[in-house]
Amino acid sequence: MTTEYEVVIGLEVHVELNTDSKMFCSCPTTFGAEPNTHVCPICLGMPGVLPVINRKAVEYTIRAALALNCQVAKYSKFDRKNYFYPDLPKNYQISQYDLPLATGGYVEISVDGKKRKIGIRRVHLEEDAGKLLHEGTGPKTSLVDFNRTGVPLIEIVSEPDLRSPEEARLYLNKLRTILHYTGVSDVKMEEGSLRCDANVSIRPLGSEVFGTLTEVKNMNSFRAVERALAYEVERQKEILERGEKVERETRGWDENRRITVSMRGKEEAHDYRYFPEPDLVPLEISRDWVEEIQERLPDMPDERQARLVRELGLPEYDAEVLTSSKDLADFYDACVKHYPEAKTVSNWVMGEVLGYLNEKGLEITDLPFRPEDLAGLLRLIDKGTISGKIAKQVFQEMCKSGKAPETIVEEKGLKQITDESEIAAIVEKVMEDNPKVVEDFRGGKEKALGFLVGQVMKATRGKANPQLVNRLFRERL
Amino acid sequence: MPPTRTRDASGYPGFWRGLRPRKHEGRTAVAAIAFSGTQNKEVLGLKLNELGISRLHKLISSGEVTSVEVTEAVFERIDEVEDTVKAYLFLDREGALKKAAKVDLNVARGEEIEPLAGIPVAIKDNMCTKGIPTTCASRILEGFVPPYDATVIERLKASDAVITGKVNLDEFAMGSSCENSAFFPTRNPWDTSRVPGGSSGGSAAAVAAGEAIYALGSDTGGSVRLPASFCGVVGMKPTYGYVSRYGLVAFASSLDQIGPITRDVWDCALVMNTICGRDPMDSTSADVPVPDFTSFLNGDIKGLKIGVPKEYFGEGIDPAVKEAVLGAVDKLTELGAEAEECSLPHSEYALSTYYILAPAEASSNLARYDGVRYGYRAEAGDLLEMFKKTRQQGFGPEVKRRIMLGTYALSSGYYDAYYLKAQKVRTLMRRDFDRVFERFDCLVAPTSPVVAFPLGDRTADPLSMYMVDICTIPVNIAGIPGISIPCGFKDGLPIGLQVIGKPFDDGTVLRVAYAFEKNTDYHKERPEL
Ligand SMILES: [Zn+2]
Repeated sequence: MTTEYEVVIGLEVHVELNTDSKMFCSCPTTFGAEPNTHVCPICLGMPGVLPVINRKAVEYTIRAALALNCQVAKYSKFDRKNYFYPDLPKNYQISQYDLPLATGGYVEISVDGKKRKIGIRRVHLEEDAGKLLHEGTGPKTSLVDFNRTGVPLIEIVSEPDLRSPEEARLYLNKLRTILHYTGVSDVKMEEGSLRCDANVSIRPLGSEVFGTLTEVKNMNSFRAVERALAYEVERQKEILERGEKVERETRGWDENRRITVSMRGKEEAHDYRYFPEPDLVPLEISRDWVEEIQERLPDMPDERQARLVRELGLPEYDAEVLTSSKDLADFYDACVKHYPEAKTVSNWVMGEVLGYLNEKGLEITDLPFRPEDLAGLLRLIDKGTISGKIAKQVFQEMCKSGKAPETIVEEKGLKQITDESEIAAIVEKVMEDNPKVVEDFRGGKEKALGFLVGQVMKATRGKANPQLVNRLFRERL
Repeated sequence: MPPTRTRDASGYPGFWRGLRPRKHEGRTAVAAIAFSGTQNKEVLGLKLNELGISRLHKLISSGEVTSVEVTEAVFERIDEVEDTVKAYLFLDREGALKKAAKVDLNVARGEEIEPLAGIPVAIKDNMCTKGIPTTCASRILEGFVPPYDATVIERLKASDAVITGKVNLDEFAMGSSCENSAFFPTRNPWDTSRVPGGSSGGSAAAVAAGEAIYALGSDTGGSVRLPASFCGVVGMKPTYGYVSRYGLVAFASSLDQIGPITRDVWDCALVMNTICGRDPMDSTSADVPVPDFTSFLNGDIKGLKIGVPKEYFGEGIDPAVKEAVLGAVDKLTELGAEAEECSLPHSEYALSTYYILAPAEASSNLARYDGVRYGYRAEAGDLLEMFKKTRQQGFGPEVKRRIMLGTYALSSGYYDAYYLKAQKVRTLMRRDFDRVFERFDCLVAPTSPVVAFPLGDRTADPLSMYMVDICTIPVNIAGIPGISIPCGFKDGLPIGLQVIGKPFDDGTVLRVAYAFEKNTDYHKERPEL
């Protein structure tokens, strides 16, 4: 009989804050600049320079921590983490060791319809390192780009509460959504503003003690995280099945080969020789400040989702989809403000809008028209100016040109024909041209009517009011 | 805990970066003005390079002498004695004369000039000077030219000070004799077979030898006060946080403090007026008002309570030093002060505490010298080898010793026993001072238990070298102000009197020092070179 195992995963997530300037100097933080243009003596670690804390970075950390339901410390300090690496100009990183800015929070995820609380152990603030460039530098040479050096970075450490790679992905997704809601980071894994390492272990189901963990690094996308963790769990299972022991080590995910490979063992683990940063004074975080940040915190996805259900009567599913990003939720809210049929708007946003965005690989903020334009389109349907079918055509045009729906309807002559005599003439013409079909209908073939209506729609290029066409046929047949 | 003040992160406007933009101005070109060489000008029987700041200020601002004349007199003296003293690592004759000419132009235009304007100053070579090499007397920084000025340098430049050049020190300010310079040892002007003290040996020797009117040094465990004492000049370590450390190449961040080395206490107060003050670039710089320090110099110390810590007169003290310092105590009593013996019971742990804390911080501060971005880089086959060889070849033995000590003290498994314990002792030592300062306005003690010793005397035995700082180190550990002034001689070698004060009560320290100086003549003695 094979043993059943429980998977235990904890994630360490690094998120770059989108402050205007770096953590300890005034250099800009913009992504994608020419190498080594956003640097100064301070972030280059020149002799004699000193760090000065960026207040905004502390504020953003507190904001993120509050959004993650953490306790913000009253007293916090920075420490030096010492290790030699060419992307680290001082050969130490200013980080936080025993007194992080925040501790003890949680994130709620829903797994198979059930809510699970994933604990957040701590949130601390530190500075980012530079980037090594190995390509096109010739043999035995590497270049360093220090633009990213000193960009504020928060590390969010979860409790080992995740029980599957899927949960890890859900947690990561939720974390990204929450942080995006707070506006403290762009949370883009592709640009490196969100990075994730994992601690993975397994233990026989029911066991109280943790198994030996491995640390998994180099996972560069959400999918990579799930894949790498699934691989690592299987690898550990196989080891235990063979009666061997899992080694405590750091492993890297190889995306091409879809495996994890050993990077360094326990013996090679760094001794970072942490000690309090003597160049900075400890922080006392006043409760007034924390309260002020708390007050300005926007609604988080969970609250917003609940509100959509409670106040607008949307189904849970709709509410969850619509709040999956702050921008989408903002877009939806703005639409509803201009067109209060909440469910109709939801159908359109989840159907047409998200369909279009997914097809084109775009973000909601890339849409060329405003929420009130979508509301305007829905009103045109209500007024009978256009049919639902034509509306979809108009929507595509809005996506292409960004023009207001009224303008598109006008320019393309898509206005519904509601003049009864005009449609009656076409109806009679169609009956004349299709005597066989008319006979079939009268003989009891209901389906024949559909064909006749279709002919009228064809003749009017879809502009005839379908209810009117139906009525006119029924009167004559 | 280091002597830093906790500040409320939310409500303290001056604390955060970016509120006051830092100016990075280039050097302004000044049209050279013609000057005639009245090089041998004398005032009151003294050559221009032998005068103090306050007298020179009067002479320059009144137009009686020009800054160019003073500057030339200083460089002439340098030409004359530098081969013997070897105080300077870098001379900026051209830059100095240019600045002097600018000041003279301002005077000629009838403009008011700053107290330090036009007066030549030597800078310890561990303070960054834009466009001028800054080596810390280390091979590892050979060829390094900073792209920015330290805050003290900015302040001096804004006062139109004339910077003569950069002076020698023990490598990275680690040492007590100036023999740890990677380039050459500096000699004591009173006896050139002896050391000038360290680490600011170049600063003290230059001032004593008349190769600068005054100098800036840095003091981590006595590095300003000790060489001042050995060279018979005035050297002050201000309260930690009074002077910005921005641009001072860090040795031990929680102990380092820049201070003046001058020929008398009045000059010292004048320099303090210029270099002290809050700097938004240094989070540990204090936001406290800076008084006019000369306002304390009234010569009146009547009723002032002076403590004499018995631990500073213990084993290993030269009887001549003890006699001179106790003589100074008598003098102060004679002037109306009330002196009484007191105790700082944790003094015996000062040296061991210091030699854990300072190396621990140094091991991290000096990690950046790796050959990647600036300074010396060794040829090597791969990255790790490059790191190792660069540091192996770039650092001298004392620096390596301290990096190893510090790395060890911070290592996992040893941290609690060493670094953490040392921090606790540091707290106890600060409490010692707090307690005595409840009863006394200031303390007096020797600056060093010994006078200047011969070159090579203590290099083989690091502990005997460390002992030289036994009376100065506690002051750094507590973050409080201390000054060394001349108070006697032993066989023609100067003896230093140390006055120690309460935090940010640097004024009282200067007041006591001035009263003593005003009523004695030790500071008027000049070495014969
Ligand atoms: Zn910078």
